[in-house]
Amino acid sequence: MRRAALLPILLLPLLAWAAPPAGSVNEDTVRQIAAELRCVVCQNLSVADSPSEMANQMRGIIRERLQAGDTPEQVVAYFVDKYGEWILLSPRPRGFNLLVWVLPFAGIGVGLVAVLLLARRWSRRAASEPVAEAIDAATRERIRREMAELEP
Amino acid sequence: MAARPVWESHAEVGSDASERGLGPRNPPGGGIGRGAKPPSEGIWRWGKWAIPLAVVPLLILLAYGFRTDPRAIPSPLVGRAAAPFSITLFSGGSLSLDELKGKVVVVNFWASWCYPACYEEAPGLERGWRAYRDRGVVVVGVDIQDTEEAARKFMRQFSLTFPNGPDPAGRISVDYGVYGVPETFFIDRSGRIRKKHVGAVTEAVFTGEVERLLKEPS
Repeated sequence: MRRAALLPILLLPLLAWAAPPAGSVNEDTVRQIAAELRCVVCQNLSVADSPSEMANQMRGIIRERLQAGDTPEQVVAYFVDKYGEWILLSPRPRGFNLLVWVLPFAGIGVGLVAVLLLARRWSRRAASEPVAEAIDAATRERIRREMAELEP
Repeated sequence: MAARPVWESHAEVGSDASERGLGPRNPPGGGIGRGAKPPSEGIWRWGKWAIPLAVVPLLILLAYGFRTDPRAIPSPLVGRAAAPFSITLFSGGSLSLDELKGKVVVVNFWASWCYPACYEEAPGLERGWRAYRDRGVVVVGVDIQDTEEAARKFMRQFSLTFPNGPDPAGRISVDYGVYGVPETFFIDRSGRIRKKHVGAVTEAVFTGEVERLLKEPS
């Protein structure tokens, strides 16, 4: 019973995020959107992190669009519409871009398999190597003799 | 044994061991090598392919990456309808794109701090405007991220007479996907963006593009 009563309370922030009251814009939402966008006049900086005037204006536009009732997705879509996907700091996992998302994990996978195989092979060889055979009887006899000489 | 090449001595030890039952964990034909190949040779066979396999795709990717110009960002706006805008002119009054329907419009984004490119193209733009203004061509200058004082000084320096105005909130710039100055958009008579030129626009580019758009039936 108590859990059922709690559920709406837990869902409340989600609702607030989905439909912000008109007129007030959450600065965190502005920052979140800005962090996804490339500052167009900088080298590899997001709109959120750039101190440039252009980024400042872009943050203003994000705020303005949210105020007008756009969802965060719509705001991002607006920038993509004007600049192309280039504006997104994380390329969307589609088409050629997929390579960027898949390759690192594929590399880690291949590397792990290679290490595993090599490690198994090395341990197997170490186990099967007859270490004792490395010293022949004559050498063993000589060692024994010399040790005996040292400890009378 | 002494007569054998060095790399075979290992194999000899290995097979001896398994014959005596000392290598129970060594499965017959195990590993990556073919059949009962000695393990060291198997690794070699593998390593021979691992390096090209790792390096060749990387080289291809690099070759692709270095061939593309990171500054040449294709604009998704070319071919689409130009975003409407209204601009307050430095000379007083205002101008909106809607008023210019039926004309060939050249929208030039500039700034007084954009040296030298904006300084290089300004005289050519002014000459183009003067040459074509009576033939249904309008040049509009949009001054971005600038102070009014510096912008006016720039306009005086080049005796600019075509309509110019500021974009104080950057709305026009973002609507046109501008990421630097100067950038110039050529809009045809039906209001579609037909070309985006990044960097100083030369008179040859200006004339060529404007003539092409003028020839099209409106």
